[in-house]
Amino acid sequence: MMKVVYIFWLRQIKKYYRSKSRIIGSLGQPVLFLLALGFGFGPIFQKAGQGNYLQFLAPGVVSMSIIFFSVFSGIEIIFDRQFGFLKETLAAPVSRFSIMLGRTLGGASVATLQGLLVIIIATIAGFRFDVAASLSLLLLFMFLIAVLFTALGTAIGSLMEDFHGFQLVVNFLIMPLFFLSGALFPLEEAPKILTAFAAIDPLAYGVDGLRGSLMQTTHFGLPVDLAVLFCLSAIMIALGAYFFSKAQV
Amino acid sequence: MENIIEVENLTKSFGKITAVNNISFEVGKGDIFAFLGPNGAGKSTTIKMLTTLLEPTSGQIKVAGFDVCHDEDDARHSFGIVFQDPSLDEDLTAYENMDLHGVLYGINKKERKERVESLLKFVELWDRHKDLVKHFSGGMKRRLEIARGLLHHPKILFLDEPTIGLDPQTRNHIWSYIKDMNQKEQMTIFFTTHYMEEAQRVAKNIAVIDNGTIVAQGTPEELLSKTNSQSLEDAFLALTGHNIREESPDAWAHIRAMKRAKR
Repeated sequence: MMKVVYIFWLRQIKKYYRSKSRIIGSLGQPVLFLLALGFGFGPIFQKAGQGNYLQFLAPGVVSMSIIFFSVFSGIEIIFDRQFGFLKETLAAPVSRFSIMLGRTLGGASVATLQGLLVIIIATIAGFRFDVAASLSLLLLFMFLIAVLFTALGTAIGSLMEDFHGFQLVVNFLIMPLFFLSGALFPLEEAPKILTAFAAIDPLAYGVDGLRGSLMQTTHFGLPVDLAVLFCLSAIMIALGAYFFSKAQV
Repeated sequence: MENIIEVENLTKSFGKITAVNNISFEVGKGDIFAFLGPNGAGKSTTIKMLTTLLEPTSGQIKVAGFDVCHDEDDARHSFGIVFQDPSLDEDLTAYENMDLHGVLYGINKKERKERVESLLKFVELWDRHKDLVKHFSGGMKRRLEIARGLLHHPKILFLDEPTIGLDPQTRNHIWSYIKDMNQKEQMTIFFTTHYMEEAQRVAKNIAVIDNGTIVAQGTPEELLSKTNSQSLEDAFLALTGHNIREESPDAWAHIRAMKRAKR
């Protein structure tokens, strides 16, 4: 069991460092958000008395890069289906749960790495935070967000037969989750309807957790963030494993 | 002879299309069993059901004594498979593909290392074992897949058109290895092919499937005498006719075709 989990985790890691273009390509969007929004809205944010917008925005953009990368990692199952490798894994005499868990942890690990790269870029752009205090907490939050959304991607990928539905997933699932999470604006003064949506948006707890561990300011409180993310990750792994176990070729 | 595969009233439909229609057959332990049929006859669909990759619409399959619908995991332990279409991870090296397979089939590290090396040497890919599979030619990929299928020594080896795209030298080389394993380890071989002379040469028993039903079954000699033919190719044509079939490459194509039909 552990060996199978490990070999699939390793597979994701190897595929990640072999695809340099994907690593760099996936950094384009976060960089654009940081620079265009961070510096574009910065002065207005400042005038409104909310302080430095880049400081506020950076954790949100980190969470964005993680959610995109991890959902995509999960959905990669469709590639495996199209290139045929999925058959090899589905016919093997190991539990599909261990395959799914290995893939998910691997996908989540690379998404976390990708998030760390964005933190480094944000720091170059002027983002300041206190590392020493909360590095492990920060990594934990990043990893939990990544696990949750890799498992979600796996569930979706197990149900989809080709990539035609991918745009649907991005526009009707990922984008709303991102925009309603409070990654771009403070939830405190947002209209009731938006805060209500944020309260049921899993990513909101991720963004809040990142902000909490990077800058010690939170909306829901760190224990709530942790509990919500932890439970949802567990549920999503169970769901993803269920759909993956039903996958046919 | 004890039966290692038992199929009873097996049916698989994709919507209105019935790919496999109420077939029954047995394969004895240690047999080399050829499953022949024109394109789209239902060969691959049957193999996918035998190997737990597709759920039958109805009917029963027992592989090595295990019901593939209920004891999938036990059934999966008993067989190995070389698929008709590609099933390698092209972003991994030849060695990594083999190694991953070895882990999946529970071969310990030391034995894995030895077998991977000897099999890669056997299919003459050892000097390329560190190369990514995406840089391999079609024939090299095929050889790698066969080497991978032989890595663990299963009770039953399913080979879905294993020698497609390989030159006669490689074909002979690989078949002599498979026959050797069949003799030494009583490994049952279940294979499909479009090369009739290949089937005639290696198969002990043959079933011919056409339009989802089995039209003939027996030893190669029995099929020849039944159809008054000189070669298996003639016997095959006598049994299945001369019409060229419309091919549907896989189960998903069936489903896609159905979806288009609905629109």
